[in-house]
Amino acid sequence: MIVAVAIVRMKDLFATIMLLGIYGLLSASFFVAMDAVDVAFTEAAVGAGISTLLMLVTIAMTGRHEKSNRHKPFLALFIVAVTGGLLVYGTLDVPYFGSADSPVHNHVAPRYINDSQAEIGVPNVVTSVLASYRAFDTFGEVVVIFTAGIGILALLSVVRRPEDKDEIDSINDSMHEKHLVIRIVTKMLIPFILLFALYVQFHGDFGPGGGFQAGVIFASAIILYAMLFGLSTARKVINQTFIQLVAATGVLLYGSVGIVSLLNGEKFLDYNALAVNPIDGQHLGFLIIELGVGFTVASVMMIIFFSFASRNEMQKSTGNGKGKSKSRKGMESKSC
Amino acid sequence: MLMGLFNNWVVILLMMIGLYIVIAHGNLIKKIIGLTIFQTSVFIFYISMAKVDGGTAPILMDKITAYSNPLPHVLILTAIVVGISTTALGLALLIRIKESYGSIEEEDIQKQDLLAQSEQEQGKHDSNHGDKIT
Repeated sequence: MIVAVAIVRMKDLFATIMLLGIYGLLSASFFVAMDAVDVAFTEAAVGAGISTLLMLVTIAMTGRHEKSNRHKPFLALFIVAVTGGLLVYGTLDVPYFGSADSPVHNHVAPRYINDSQAEIGVPNVVTSVLASYRAFDTFGEVVVIFTAGIGILALLSVVRRPEDKDEIDSINDSMHEKHLVIRIVTKMLIPFILLFALYVQFHGDFGPGGGFQAGVIFASAIILYAMLFGLSTARKVINQTFIQLVAATGVLLYGSVGIVSLLNGEKFLDYNALAVNPIDGQHLGFLIIELGVGFTVASVMMIIFFSFASRNEMQKSTGNGKGKSKSRKGMESKSC
Repeated sequence: MLMGLFNNWVVILLMMIGLYIVIAHGNLIKKIIGLTIFQTSVFIFYISMAKVDGGTAPILMDKITAYSNPLPHVLILTAIVVGISTTALGLALLIRIKESYGSIEEEDIQKQDLLAQSEQEQGKHDSNHGDKIT
């Protein structure tokens, strides 16, 4: 099933990206079949939703068609075949699929499964490992996401001149007045999506869910709004500076929990110190940390989308951006 | 008997498809797609490693004794979100490349680079000559 989709993927770009979306959805369903519900949740939101969207925005800016010539396809095929062969040879020693006694399951996992209920008091083991046992890792990952957001802002942020704003607004409005049915349906859907995101955020302790998934879902609701009602309208609803502030707040919130537990005489991110009862402390720590993660992920996803989309808009308004780059190149060669 | 290794082979196949795309295609978007496939294959590898026969999702409940391993789930869960943000960063770089080169085909970019380099060297030579003469 997955293999079939993957092999078809040697075609043109627009179709390729649509296939990538399908591929994301399929791998999400594969993860459900493998009992990894949390992961499937994330993959469905990210792989099938947001990544497809970002690729499409990029294609809108860079052109749809790929040049057909591939360089050295046979050499590449040879290398790939050799590597693949070696890897297959390597798998011959790997424990069989689903066997319960493979080394993976004998290291720290039994402790997580057996003791986490008593130590942390949260039924979803994935959440408790994510937010408590491996909180340090998760903190690092949140920082990586935050950094990526900053990087994208640095690469793509557009300084907006006030005079061409009205023009862009009018383009947007005329474009988005057409799709009446979709607009009304979306208007009805968006509150539910937001509500669902909040549910996922706060229910992550008991069912599949948590800050990462909730953040992505929340962001996708806002992005949906931005796509249908125009970027300028969405910007009025959600202030750009505010989002950037929220992204930073999320990371800070996470870090400050660690600092608080340090001040209380425990290790960094040891939630037992947050309350008199260790289990209560864990719950409190979870709540705050998942909130921090959700803040950061949601706002970084929005930052990414907004900066991509506004770049696109800018290119359209300045004659596809080509004239500008050429003149810049001319300047460079002169200065050389 | 060897069917127990089937999941690994699917992963390897996907991974090699990704690698092939990265090596053989000149288009940078295609390369990023290849990387995404490669990435997903690693995700599938981890998740399939976590699977236990007869186990269920790792949400603790009474009457259930076997759970799949939660640790790889955690790792991959965060890896997916980190992956999308790094992919987005790659795409952002790509947009900037398109803006300054006017193309996202690897060969075109290399050609332009070579051209610019040779022009630069010529310019240097010229200026050196000029210095000597004066």
